[in-house]
Amino acid sequence: MYVPNSSRVAPWRQTYWDWRAAGNFIFGGAGSGVLIYAATAPEAMPILGPIGAVLVLCGLLCVWFEIGRPWRALNVLRRPGTSWMSREAWIAPWLLAAAVLEFSPWLAWSRIAAAVLAIAYLYSQARILNAGRAIPAWRHPRTVPLMIESGLAEGAGIGVLVGCLSAPASVAQSWVGWSLAGLLLLRMTAVVWYRAGLRRDGAPQNLLRDLSRCVPRLLTLDACATAAALAHAAWPRSALSIETAAVLAVVAGWWWKHTIVVRLSYNQGFTLPMTPVRGAGVTGPGSRPGW
Amino acid sequence: MTRYVMVVDLRRCTGCQTCTAACKQANGTPPGVQWRRVLDIETGVFPNVRRSFVPVSCMHCGSPPCLEVCPTGATYKHDDGRVGINYDACIGCAYCAIACPYQQRFKVQRAHFAYGSDPTDAEAIKFDPARLGVSTKCTFCSDRIDRARETGQVPGIDPEVTPACVNSCICSALHFGDRDDPESNVSKLLRENRHFRMHEELGTDPGIYYLTATDN
Repeated sequence: MYVPNSSRVAPWRQTYWDWRAAGNFIFGGAGSGVLIYAATAPEAMPILGPIGAVLVLCGLLCVWFEIGRPWRALNVLRRPGTSWMSREAWIAPWLLAAAVLEFSPWLAWSRIAAAVLAIAYLYSQARILNAGRAIPAWRHPRTVPLMIESGLAEGAGIGVLVGCLSAPASVAQSWVGWSLAGLLLLRMTAVVWYRAGLRRDGAPQNLLRDLSRCVPRLLTLDACATAAALAHAAWPRSALSIETAAVLAVVAGWWWKHTIVVRLSYNQGFTLPMTPVRGAGVTGPGSRPGW
Repeated sequence: MTRYVMVVDLRRCTGCQTCTAACKQANGTPPGVQWRRVLDIETGVFPNVRRSFVPVSCMHCGSPPCLEVCPTGATYKHDDGRVGINYDACIGCAYCAIACPYQQRFKVQRAHFAYGSDPTDAEAIKFDPARLGVSTKCTFCSDRIDRARETGQVPGIDPEVTPACVNSCICSALHFGDRDDPESNVSKLLRENRHFRMHEELGTDPGIYYLTATDN
Protein backbone atom coordinates (compact mmCIF):
# COMPACT_ATOMS: atom_id res chain seq x y z
CA MET A 1 0.00 0.00 0.00
CA TYR A 2 1.26 3.47 -0.84
CA VAL A 3 1.87 5.62 2.22
CA PRO A 4 2.20 9.36 1.51
CA ASN A 5 5.41 10.83 2.87
CA SER A 6 3.62 13.85 4.36
CA SER A 7 1.86 11.77 6.97
CA ARG A 8 0.58 14.79 8.88
CA VAL A 9 -2.49 15.55 6.83
CA ALA A 10 -5.18 13.99 9.00
CA PRO A 11 -5.70 15.56 12.47
CA TRP A 12 -2.99 14.74 14.97
CA ARG A 13 -2.63 15.49 18.67
CA GLN A 14 -1.06 18.88 19.38
CA THR A 15 2.03 18.78 21.60
CA TYR A 16 2.50 22.45 22.47
CA TRP A 17 0.27 22.37 25.55
CA ASP A 18 1.03 19.44 27.83
CA TRP A 19 0.37 18.62 31.50
CA ARG A 20 1.71 22.03 32.52
CA ALA A 21 -0.97 23.82 30.54
CA ALA A 22 -3.52 21.34 31.85
CA GLY A 23 -2.24 22.22 35.35
CA ASN A 24 -3.34 25.80 34.88
CA PHE A 25 -6.88 24.71 34.06
CA ILE A 26 -6.88 22.10 36.83
CA PHE A 27 -5.56 24.27 39.67
CA GLY A 28 -6.90 27.59 38.42
CA GLY A 29 -10.38 26.16 37.87
CA ALA A 30 -10.44 24.37 41.22
CA GLY A 31 -9.04 27.42 43.04
CA SER A 32 -11.70 29.66 41.53
CA GLY A 33 -14.34 27.09 42.43
CA VAL A 34 -13.14 27.03 46.04
CA LEU A 35 -13.45 30.82 46.29
CA ILE A 36 -16.95 30.74 44.83
CA TYR A 37 -17.91 27.97 47.24
CA ALA A 38 -16.49 29.97 50.15
CA ALA A 39 -18.75 32.90 49.30
CA THR A 40 -21.89 30.79 48.89
CA ALA A 41 -21.47 28.49 51.92
CA PRO A 42 -23.73 29.58 54.81
CA GLU A 43 -20.95 29.22 57.38
CA ALA A 44 -17.77 31.23 56.80
CA MET A 45 -14.57 29.23 56.40
CA PRO A 46 -11.78 31.83 56.11
CA ILE A 47 -9.18 29.16 55.42
CA LEU A 48 -10.76 28.57 51.99
CA GLY A 49 -9.46 31.95 50.79
CA PRO A 50 -5.76 31.11 51.08
CA ILE A 51 -6.41 27.57 49.80
CA GLY A 52 -8.06 28.97 46.69
CA ALA A 53 -5.21 31.44 46.25
CA VAL A 54 -2.58 28.71 46.54
CA LEU A 55 -4.39 26.60 43.95
CA VAL A 56 -4.64 29.52 41.50
CA LEU A 57 -0.96 30.28 42.11
CA CYS A 58 -0.06 26.64 41.41
CA GLY A 59 -1.88 26.92 38.10
CA LEU A 60 0.00 30.07 37.17
CA LEU A 61 3.24 28.40 38.17
CA CYS A 62 2.47 25.53 35.81
CA VAL A 63 2.07 28.02 32.96
CA TRP A 64 5.30 29.72 33.96
CA PHE A 65 7.10 26.40 33.56
CA GLU A 66 5.42 25.89 30.20
CA ILE A 67 6.30 29.13 28.43
CA GLY A 68 9.47 29.38 26.39
CA ARG A 69 10.66 32.70 27.79
CA PRO A 70 9.60 32.73 31.48
CA TRP A 71 11.50 35.92 32.36
CA ARG A 72 9.32 37.86 29.97
CA ALA A 73 6.16 36.53 31.57
CA LEU A 74 4.79 39.97 32.41
CA ASN A 75 4.40 40.66 28.68
CA VAL A 76 1.27 38.54 29.03
CA LEU A 77 -0.50 41.65 30.33
CA ARG A 78 -0.17 43.56 27.07
CA ARG A 79 -3.26 42.52 25.12
CA PRO A 80 -6.34 42.50 27.35
CA GLY A 81 -8.35 43.98 24.51
CA THR A 82 -8.39 40.75 22.50
CA SER A 83 -6.69 37.92 24.35
CA TRP A 84 -8.41 35.92 27.07
CA MET A 85 -5.02 34.82 28.36
CA SER A 86 -4.16 38.46 28.94
CA ARG A 87 -7.47 39.03 30.69
CA GLU A 88 -6.87 36.03 32.93
CA ALA A 89 -3.47 37.48 33.83
CA TRP A 90 -5.03 40.85 34.70
CA ILE A 91 -7.61 39.26 36.97
CA ALA A 92 -5.13 36.98 38.76
CA PRO A 93 -3.35 39.49 41.07
CA TRP A 94 -6.65 41.02 42.23
CA LEU A 95 -8.10 37.58 42.77
CA LEU A 96 -5.08 36.49 44.83
CA ALA A 97 -5.20 39.65 46.93
CA ALA A 98 -8.91 39.32 47.65
CA ALA A 99 -8.51 35.61 48.43
CA VAL A 100 -5.69 36.19 50.91
CA LEU A 101 -7.62 39.03 52.57
CA GLU A 102 -10.46 36.58 53.09
CA PHE A 103 -8.34 35.07 55.85
CA SER A 104 -8.73 38.31 57.81
CA PRO A 105 -12.09 38.04 59.60
CA TRP A 106 -12.58 41.82 59.70
CA LEU A 107 -12.66 42.02 55.92
CA ALA A 108 -15.87 40.10 55.21
CA TRP A 109 -16.45 41.93 51.92
CA SER A 110 -13.31 40.35 50.46
CA ARG A 111 -15.16 37.00 50.37
CA ILE A 112 -17.67 38.48 47.92
CA ALA A 113 -14.96 40.31 45.96
CA ALA A 114 -12.91 37.11 45.69
CA ALA A 115 -15.96 35.16 44.49
CA VAL A 116 -16.78 37.74 41.81
CA LEU A 117 -13.17 37.77 40.62
CA ALA A 118 -13.11 33.97 40.74
CA ILE A 119 -16.14 33.82 38.44
CA ALA A 120 -14.33 36.15 36.03
CA TYR A 121 -11.17 34.05 36.29
CA LEU A 122 -13.03 30.80 35.69
CA TYR A 123 -14.84 32.29 32.71
CA SER A 124 -11.54 33.58 31.28
CA GLN A 125 -10.03 30.12 31.57
CA ALA A 126 -12.96 28.57 29.75
CA ARG A 127 -12.67 31.18 27.00
CA ILE A 128 -8.90 30.64 26.70
CA LEU A 129 -9.55 27.04 25.80
CA ASN A 130 -12.46 27.94 23.56
CA ALA A 131 -10.31 30.40 21.54
CA GLY A 132 -7.99 27.58 20.42
CA ARG A 133 -9.56 27.56 17.00
CA ALA A 134 -7.27 24.85 15.66
CA ILE A 135 -8.56 22.28 18.15
CA PRO A 136 -12.10 21.02 17.42
CA ALA A 137 -12.51 19.67 20.97
CA TRP A 138 -11.82 23.11 22.43
CA ARG A 139 -13.39 25.50 19.98
CA HIS A 140 -16.85 24.04 20.36
CA PRO A 141 -19.06 26.57 22.20
CA ARG A 142 -20.16 23.92 24.70
CA THR A 143 -16.61 23.79 26.06
CA VAL A 144 -17.26 26.99 28.00
CA PRO A 145 -20.13 25.77 30.25
CA LEU A 146 -18.33 22.45 30.66
CA MET A 147 -15.15 24.05 31.99
CA ILE A 148 -17.07 26.41 34.27
CA GLU A 149 -19.25 23.65 35.63
CA SER A 150 -16.27 21.40 36.27
CA GLY A 151 -14.45 24.20 38.13
CA LEU A 152 -17.50 24.76 40.34
CA ALA A 153 -17.84 21.05 41.14
CA GLU A 154 -14.12 20.70 41.93
CA GLY A 155 -14.19 23.82 44.10
CA ALA A 156 -17.21 22.55 46.01
CA GLY A 157 -15.48 19.21 46.46
CA ILE A 158 -12.38 20.83 47.94
CA GLY A 159 -14.52 23.13 50.07
CA VAL A 160 -16.41 20.16 51.48
CA LEU A 161 -13.19 18.26 52.19
CA VAL A 162 -11.72 21.26 54.00
CA GLY A 163 -14.98 21.56 55.92
CA CYS A 164 -14.77 17.88 56.95
CA LEU A 165 -11.30 18.51 58.38
CA SER A 166 -11.67 21.96 59.91
CA ALA A 167 -15.36 22.28 60.86
CA PRO A 168 -17.14 18.89 60.69
CA ALA A 169 -20.37 20.34 62.06
CA SER A 170 -20.68 22.69 59.09
CA VAL A 171 -20.63 19.74 56.70
CA ALA A 172 -23.01 17.51 58.65
CA GLN A 173 -26.06 19.08 57.00
CA SER A 174 -28.15 17.75 54.18
CA TRP A 175 -27.83 20.89 52.00
CA VAL A 176 -24.14 20.06 51.55
CA GLY A 177 -25.04 16.75 49.98
CA TRP A 178 -27.82 18.26 47.89
CA SER A 179 -25.65 21.07 46.55
CA LEU A 180 -22.71 18.81 45.67
CA ALA A 181 -25.04 16.32 44.01
CA GLY A 182 -26.63 19.17 42.04
CA LEU A 183 -23.27 20.42 40.80
CA LEU A 184 -22.23 16.90 39.81
CA LEU A 185 -25.47 16.35 37.94
CA LEU A 186 -24.90 19.63 36.12
CA ARG A 187 -21.38 18.52 35.19
CA MET A 188 -22.68 15.21 33.87
CA THR A 189 -25.28 17.06 31.83
CA ALA A 190 -22.62 19.44 30.49
CA VAL A 191 -20.37 16.53 29.45
CA VAL A 192 -23.17 14.68 27.67
CA TRP A 193 -24.30 17.91 25.98
CA TYR A 194 -20.72 18.64 24.93
CA ARG A 195 -20.26 15.17 23.42
CA ALA A 196 -23.56 15.43 21.60
CA GLY A 197 -22.51 18.82 20.22
CA LEU A 198 -19.25 17.47 18.88
CA ARG A 199 -20.99 14.51 17.28
CA ARG A 200 -23.63 16.74 15.71
CA ASP A 201 -21.24 19.40 14.40
CA GLY A 202 -18.55 17.00 13.20
CA ALA A 203 -15.18 16.21 14.69
CA PRO A 204 -12.09 14.21 13.76
CA GLN A 205 -12.59 10.45 13.99
CA ASN A 206 -9.76 9.98 16.50
CA LEU A 207 -11.31 12.65 18.74
CA LEU A 208 -14.71 10.95 18.66
CA ARG A 209 -13.04 7.60 19.35
CA ASP A 210 -11.16 8.96 22.39
CA LEU A 211 -14.26 10.80 23.54
CA SER A 212 -16.31 7.61 23.46
CA ARG A 213 -13.69 5.99 25.74
CA CYS A 214 -13.25 8.89 28.18
CA VAL A 215 -16.78 10.20 28.69
CA PRO A 216 -18.21 6.95 30.15
CA ARG A 217 -15.35 6.89 32.68
CA LEU A 218 -16.10 10.43 33.79
CA LEU A 219 -19.81 9.75 33.94
CA THR A 220 -19.19 6.65 36.04
CA LEU A 221 -17.03 8.56 38.50
CA ASP A 222 -19.54 11.41 38.65
CA ALA A 223 -22.46 9.01 39.09
CA CYS A 224 -20.68 7.35 42.04
CA ALA A 225 -19.93 10.78 43.51
CA THR A 226 -23.54 11.88 43.04
CA ALA A 227 -24.82 8.73 44.72
CA ALA A 228 -22.50 9.34 47.69
CA ALA A 229 -23.58 12.99 47.90
CA LEU A 230 -27.25 11.99 47.84
CA ALA A 231 -26.59 9.42 50.56
CA HIS A 232 -25.15 12.24 52.65
CA ALA A 233 -28.21 14.38 51.93
CA ALA A 234 -30.38 11.56 53.31
CA TRP A 235 -28.11 10.78 56.33
CA PRO A 236 -26.08 13.92 56.99
CA ARG A 237 -24.47 12.56 60.17
CA SER A 238 -22.19 10.20 58.23
CA ALA A 239 -19.07 12.05 57.04
CA LEU A 240 -17.74 9.15 54.98
CA SER A 241 -20.26 9.49 52.19
CA ILE A 242 -19.71 13.21 51.66
CA GLU A 243 -15.94 12.77 51.87
CA THR A 244 -16.15 10.08 49.21
CA ALA A 245 -18.34 12.31 47.03
CA ALA A 246 -15.97 15.27 47.42
CA VAL A 247 -12.84 13.28 46.60
CA LEU A 248 -14.49 11.74 43.55
CA ALA A 249 -15.78 15.15 42.40
CA VAL A 250 -12.25 16.60 42.52
CA VAL A 251 -10.43 13.60 41.07
CA ALA A 252 -12.93 13.18 38.21
CA GLY A 253 -12.81 16.89 37.38
CA TRP A 254 -9.05 17.01 37.35
CA TRP A 255 -8.76 13.85 35.29
CA TRP A 256 -11.31 15.20 32.82
CA LYS A 257 -9.47 18.51 32.43
CA HIS A 258 -6.18 16.74 31.84
CA THR A 259 -7.95 14.57 29.28
CA ILE A 260 -9.53 17.47 27.40
CA VAL A 261 -6.30 19.51 27.29
CA VAL A 262 -3.78 16.76 26.61
CA ARG A 263 -5.61 13.78 25.15
CA LEU A 264 -8.54 15.19 23.18
CA SER A 265 -6.49 17.99 21.64
CA TYR A 266 -6.48 16.79 18.05
CA ASN A 267 -5.99 19.60 15.60
CA GLN A 268 -7.92 20.48 12.47
CA GLY A 269 -5.72 18.65 9.96
CA PHE A 270 -5.87 19.63 6.30
CA THR A 271 -8.70 19.59 3.80
CA LEU A 272 -8.73 19.42 0.04
CA PRO A 273 -12.17 20.63 -1.11
CA MET A 274 -11.52 19.37 -4.65
CA THR A 275 -8.65 17.73 -6.44
CA PRO A 276 -7.08 19.67 -9.30
CA VAL A 277 -7.34 19.02 -13.00
CA ARG A 278 -4.50 16.91 -14.35
CA GLY A 279 -3.86 17.35 -18.07
CA ALA A 280 -7.14 17.62 -19.95
CA GLY A 281 -9.24 16.02 -17.21
CA VAL A 282 -11.70 17.50 -14.78
CA THR A 283 -11.54 18.31 -11.09
CA GLY A 284 -12.18 15.42 -8.75
CA PRO A 285 -13.93 15.04 -5.43
CA GLY A 286 -12.25 16.51 -2.40
CA SER A 287 -10.80 14.85 0.63
CA ARG A 288 -10.85 15.50 4.35
CA PRO A 289 -8.59 12.85 5.84
CA GLY A 290 -9.41 11.77 9.36
CA TRP A 291 -12.91 13.32 9.52
CA MET B 1 -4.69 49.13 -0.13
CA THR B 2 -2.31 46.27 -0.71
CA ARG B 3 -2.98 42.68 0.26
CA TYR B 4 -0.12 40.35 -0.54
CA VAL B 5 -1.29 36.82 -1.21
CA MET B 6 0.14 33.64 -2.65
CA VAL B 7 -1.51 31.69 -5.42
CA VAL B 8 -0.70 27.99 -5.73
CA ASP B 9 -1.54 26.27 -8.99
CA LEU B 10 -2.27 22.73 -7.84
CA ARG B 11 -2.39 21.56 -11.46
CA ARG B 12 1.28 22.36 -11.79
CA CYS B 13 2.74 21.33 -8.43
CA THR B 14 4.75 18.10 -8.73
CA GLY B 15 5.53 17.76 -5.02
CA CYS B 16 9.26 18.16 -5.59
CA GLN B 17 9.69 20.02 -2.26
CA THR B 18 12.10 22.51 -3.81
CA CYS B 19 10.11 25.30 -2.15
CA THR B 20 10.55 23.50 1.19
CA ALA B 21 14.31 23.34 0.69
CA ALA B 22 14.50 26.94 -0.53
CA CYS B 23 12.59 28.11 2.55
CA LYS B 24 14.90 26.21 4.88
CA GLN B 25 17.93 27.66 3.14
CA ALA B 26 16.59 31.22 3.09
CA ASN B 27 15.34 31.27 6.68
CA GLY B 28 17.69 28.84 8.42
CA THR B 29 14.97 26.92 10.19
CA PRO B 30 16.20 24.10 12.45
CA PRO B 31 15.62 20.39 11.78
CA GLY B 32 11.97 19.45 12.21
CA VAL B 33 10.74 22.96 11.56
CA GLN B 34 9.32 23.57 8.11
CA TRP B 35 7.77 26.95 7.63
CA ARG B 36 6.73 25.58 4.24
CA ARG B 37 6.01 22.02 3.26
CA VAL B 38 4.14 20.17 0.57
CA LEU B 39 1.35 17.80 1.59
CA ASP B 40 0.99 14.62 -0.39
CA ILE B 41 -2.70 13.70 -0.39
CA GLU B 42 -4.09 10.57 -2.00
CA THR B 43 -7.83 10.49 -2.67
CA GLY B 44 -10.29 8.01 -4.09
CA VAL B 45 -10.45 4.24 -4.24
CA PHE B 46 -8.55 2.06 -6.72
CA PRO B 47 -8.72 2.31 -9.69
CA ASN B 48 -10.06 5.88 -9.45
CA VAL B 49 -7.23 7.31 -7.39
CA ARG B 50 -5.75 10.77 -7.49
CA ARG B 51 -2.63 12.15 -5.90
CA SER B 52 -2.45 15.85 -5.10
CA PHE B 53 0.42 17.95 -3.85
CA VAL B 54 -0.62 20.86 -1.67
CA PRO B 55 2.02 23.36 -0.55
CA VAL B 56 1.14 24.87 2.84
CA SER B 57 2.65 27.58 5.01
CA CYS B 58 1.40 30.45 7.15
CA MET B 59 -1.69 31.72 5.33
CA HIS B 60 -1.15 35.35 6.41
CA CYS B 61 -4.85 35.49 7.19
CA GLY B 62 -6.98 38.59 6.94
CA SER B 63 -8.50 37.69 10.33
CA PRO B 64 -5.66 35.75 11.95
CA PRO B 65 -6.74 33.62 14.93
CA CYS B 66 -3.13 33.79 16.15
CA LEU B 67 -3.30 37.58 16.37
CA GLU B 68 -6.50 37.55 18.36
CA VAL B 69 -5.23 35.19 21.05
CA CYS B 70 -1.66 36.49 21.40
CA PRO B 71 -1.46 37.92 24.93
CA THR B 72 1.74 39.90 24.39
CA GLY B 73 1.22 41.77 21.14
CA ALA B 74 4.14 39.87 19.64
CA THR B 75 1.97 38.83 16.71
CA TYR B 76 1.13 41.78 14.51
CA LYS B 77 -0.16 42.58 11.06
CA HIS B 78 1.50 44.71 8.42
CA ASP B 79 -0.77 47.06 6.51
CA ASP B 80 -0.19 44.93 3.41
CA GLY B 81 -1.69 41.81 5.00
CA ARG B 82 1.46 40.04 6.14
CA VAL B 83 1.38 38.62 9.66
CA GLY B 84 4.62 38.95 11.62
CA ILE B 85 6.06 38.07 15.01
CA ASN B 86 8.14 40.31 17.25
CA TYR B 87 10.53 37.76 18.76
CA ASP B 88 11.57 40.18 21.51
CA ALA B 89 8.02 40.41 22.88
CA CYS B 90 6.94 36.76 22.48
CA ILE B 91 6.90 34.73 25.70
CA GLY B 92 6.57 31.37 23.93
CA CYS B 93 3.20 30.44 25.40
CA ALA B 94 2.31 28.71 22.10
CA TYR B 95 -1.26 29.98 22.33
CA CYS B 96 -0.93 31.07 18.69
CA ALA B 97 0.12 27.53 17.73
CA ILE B 98 -3.02 26.24 19.39
CA ALA B 99 -5.17 28.80 17.59
CA CYS B 100 -3.72 28.41 14.08
CA PRO B 101 -5.94 25.98 12.11
CA TYR B 102 -3.11 25.51 9.60
CA GLN B 103 -0.56 24.23 12.14
CA GLN B 104 1.94 26.78 10.92
CA ARG B 105 3.42 27.98 14.19
CA PHE B 106 6.57 26.41 15.55
CA LYS B 107 8.43 26.62 18.82
CA VAL B 108 11.92 25.30 19.45
CA GLN B 109 13.25 25.50 22.98
CA ARG B 110 16.91 24.57 22.45
CA ALA B 111 19.31 25.07 19.57
CA HIS B 112 19.88 21.96 17.51
CA PHE B 113 21.33 21.52 14.09
CA ALA B 114 21.35 19.06 11.22
CA TYR B 115 24.48 17.25 12.42
CA GLY B 116 24.24 17.49 16.18
CA SER B 117 24.91 20.31 18.61
CA ASP B 118 27.34 22.25 16.41
CA PRO B 119 26.05 24.20 13.41
CA THR B 120 27.45 23.77 9.94
CA ASP B 121 28.94 26.92 8.39
CA ALA B 122 25.69 27.64 6.57
CA GLU B 123 23.61 27.10 9.71
CA ALA B 124 25.90 29.34 11.76
CA ILE B 125 25.26 32.23 9.39
CA LYS B 126 21.49 31.96 9.70
CA PHE B 127 21.28 30.97 13.38
CA ASP B 128 19.30 33.49 15.40
CA PRO B 129 19.16 32.92 19.20
CA ALA B 130 16.16 35.28 19.40
CA ARG B 131 14.10 32.52 17.79
CA LEU B 132 14.63 30.07 20.66
CA GLY B 133 11.73 29.58 23.05
CA VAL B 134 9.40 31.74 20.98
CA SER B 135 6.89 31.18 18.25
CA THR B 136 8.13 31.27 14.66
CA LYS B 137 6.51 30.94 11.25
CA CYS B 138 6.71 31.88 7.57
CA THR B 139 7.11 35.62 7.09
CA PHE B 140 6.51 35.70 3.32
CA CYS B 141 10.25 36.51 3.33
CA SER B 142 9.46 39.87 4.90
CA ASP B 143 12.98 41.23 4.53
CA ARG B 144 12.55 41.00 0.76
CA ILE B 145 9.09 42.55 0.72
CA ASP B 146 10.29 45.40 2.92
CA ARG B 147 13.16 45.98 0.51
CA ALA B 148 10.66 46.49 -2.31
CA ARG B 149 9.48 49.72 -0.69
CA GLU B 150 13.01 51.10 -0.89
CA THR B 151 13.89 49.90 -4.37
CA GLY B 152 10.51 50.38 -6.04
CA GLN B 153 10.54 46.81 -7.28
CA VAL B 154 7.36 44.73 -7.43
CA PRO B 155 7.00 41.67 -5.17
CA GLY B 156 5.98 38.68 -7.22
CA ILE B 157 7.53 40.13 -10.39
CA ASP B 158 11.08 41.03 -9.40
CA PRO B 159 12.82 38.00 -7.88
CA GLU B 160 14.89 40.11 -5.47
CA VAL B 161 11.73 41.10 -3.62
CA THR B 162 9.78 37.85 -3.99
CA PRO B 163 9.58 35.04 -1.38
CA ALA B 164 12.26 32.37 -1.78
CA CYS B 165 9.73 29.56 -2.28
CA VAL B 166 8.12 31.34 -5.22
CA ASN B 167 11.48 32.03 -6.83
CA SER B 168 12.55 28.44 -6.46
CA CYS B 169 9.44 26.71 -7.81
CA ILE B 170 10.56 24.66 -10.79
CA CYS B 171 7.11 24.37 -12.36
CA SER B 172 5.74 27.88 -11.84
CA ALA B 173 3.10 26.60 -9.44
CA LEU B 174 3.70 29.39 -6.93
CA HIS B 175 2.79 33.03 -7.55
CA PHE B 176 2.96 36.01 -5.26
CA GLY B 177 1.47 39.47 -5.57
CA ASP B 178 -1.05 42.10 -4.56
CA ARG B 179 -4.61 40.78 -4.60
CA ASP B 180 -6.06 44.28 -4.37
CA ASP B 181 -4.38 45.38 -7.60
CA PRO B 182 -6.70 44.20 -10.41
CA GLU B 183 -3.81 44.16 -12.86
CA SER B 184 -1.46 42.10 -10.72
CA ASN B 185 -0.35 38.60 -11.70
CA VAL B 186 -2.30 37.01 -8.84
CA SER B 187 -5.50 38.95 -9.55
CA LYS B 188 -5.45 37.74 -13.15
CA LEU B 189 -4.88 34.15 -12.07
CA LEU B 190 -7.75 34.34 -9.61
CA ARG B 191 -10.07 35.82 -12.26
CA GLU B 192 -9.23 33.17 -14.82
CA ASN B 193 -9.20 30.07 -12.64
CA ARG B 194 -11.36 28.19 -10.23
CA HIS B 195 -9.86 28.32 -6.77
CA PHE B 196 -10.38 27.63 -3.08
CA ARG B 197 -8.82 28.57 0.21
CA MET B 198 -8.05 26.14 3.03
CA HIS B 199 -10.46 26.09 6.01
CA GLU B 200 -12.20 29.21 4.75
CA GLU B 201 -15.29 28.24 6.76
CA LEU B 202 -13.42 29.14 9.97
CA GLY B 203 -13.55 32.81 9.00
CA THR B 204 -9.80 33.33 8.84
CA ASP B 205 -9.72 34.96 5.38
CA PRO B 206 -6.54 33.07 4.43
CA GLY B 207 -4.03 34.65 2.05
CA ILE B 208 -3.13 31.53 0.07
CA TYR B 209 -5.34 30.57 -2.88
CA TYR B 210 -5.26 27.19 -4.55
CA LEU B 211 -6.09 26.94 -8.26
CA THR B 212 -7.74 23.74 -9.43
CA ALA B 213 -9.12 24.36 -12.93
CA THR B 214 -9.53 26.94 -15.64
CA ASP B 215 -12.71 28.98 -15.20
CA ASN B 216 -14.60 28.63 -18.47
